[in-house]
Amino acid sequence: MSTTLDIAMTVNGERIARRVEARQHLIDFLRLDLGLMGSHAGCEHGLCGACTVRVDGRIVRGCLVLAAALDGATVETIEGVSDTGEIRDLQNAFIARNACQCGYCTPGMLLTAADLLASKAEPTREEIREHLSGNYCRCTGYHAIVDAVEAVARQRNGKAQP
Amino acid sequence: MKAPPFAYLRATSLDDAFRLWSAAGPEAKLLAGGQSLIATLAFRLSEPSALIDISRVPELGGITEAGGAIRIGALVTHAQLGASELVRRHVPLLAEAVPLIAHAAVRNRGTFGGSLAFADPAAELPACCVALDATVIARTRSGERRIPAAQFFTGLYTTALAADELIAAVELPQARPGERSTIIELARRSGDYAMAGIAVRAKIAGSTLVEPNVVFFGVGDRPISAGRAASALAGKPAAPATVAEAQAALGGDLDPPADQHGTPEMKLHLARVLLARALDRLIGHAGARAA
Repeated sequence: MSTTLDIAMTVNGERIARRVEARQHLIDFLRLDLGLMGSHAGCEHGLCGACTVRVDGRIVRGCLVLAAALDGATVETIEGVSDTGEIRDLQNAFIARNACQCGYCTPGMLLTAADLLASKAEPTREEIREHLSGNYCRCTGYHAIVDAVEAVARQRNGKAQP
Repeated sequence: MKAPPFAYLRATSLDDAFRLWSAAGPEAKLLAGGQSLIATLAFRLSEPSALIDISRVPELGGITEAGGAIRIGALVTHAQLGASELVRRHVPLLAEAVPLIAHAAVRNRGTFGGSLAFADPAAELPACCVALDATVIARTRSGERRIPAAQFFTGLYTTALAADELIAAVELPQARPGERSTIIELARRSGDYAMAGIAVRAKIAGSTLVEPNVVFFGVGDRPISAGRAASALAGKPAAPATVAEAQAALGGDLDPPADQHGTPEMKLHLARVLLARALDRLIGHAGARAA
């Protein structure tokens, strides 16, 4: 039985094919094999959320998914959604409200926040906190992050800023 | 830490899964959503020779209605469970449980069958299955076996599954008219494993609980049915004196081990608090209600 295998997937719109070690999780694959350093490996056991990326349109813990299991999948990382401009407003709000300090959790926070706003146009602060509860931030104390997400929701709905 | 080396084999059908599994030998493990398994590999708690990926086996998916029961395929994710109209209507306890299970990114991959097979004593779905009198449909290469949920969980992270058996699906009886259920847990962070939790199901006649099922999680080595507390409640109006009697009876039902969350005494206290809150929800009509 082989501990490596060949896989192909679409990453940020680009078709790629690689031979991977079966034990390699998606984040190591993105960072080490593809050079996409925006996705961060934090705890590597599914608690911290720093590794949040999209697989087939849904957010996942990249450290809890094997690259080997994603043959044929579509993967989007912070680099991809930055290039398309999809979350430009969220990124601007994070900067404006100082919602990123060391920045380690930020890519995961942004993708999780984008996931919330895609399903809920105007979440309450409680709902924002609940949806982000799987993403640790050790710098900001979360208030600035919740402020930023709330501000973008209001902005997208054409409402005045709080 | 990084996972130890292992081989990876992807099954395309149930037959294929059993063929690959038996060929790979006893050190191989099945991989579904991987939301517990991959984490345990990162901790090097186990070193399987191979992972058989069953996540693309079509026979193991889907939520269907059959003969008064709802059948949930082992590969149904927590997110799919939470989005299912059939589940919301006929097994509202499960719909209520979904937001308590980990976080959105984990719910997108974690599976119903995986949660049961992993049998974490603090997990929500095993307790719900016991409270709902669910039946686990176990499959081997040659046949099928039906295991009542109350007999499925045999200890800490252990189940009644044989070494060559996998979970194909779970069958849950549809909620009857007048039946109510609820699930509550206490966790340090929303989505974390519970310090203590309760799943309750009962028929409500006026303010009287009929045939209550009271199941706790996070306070033992498996989901624990609180039979004494249920007896104290059955057939009586849920007045403060009855609730107090049931809370006292929990001392005979539960023997919580100390863990990182607290002492046995604290966990028993939390269980008593949860029981009162759950009953308040059921009788106060705020709990999930059968349509």
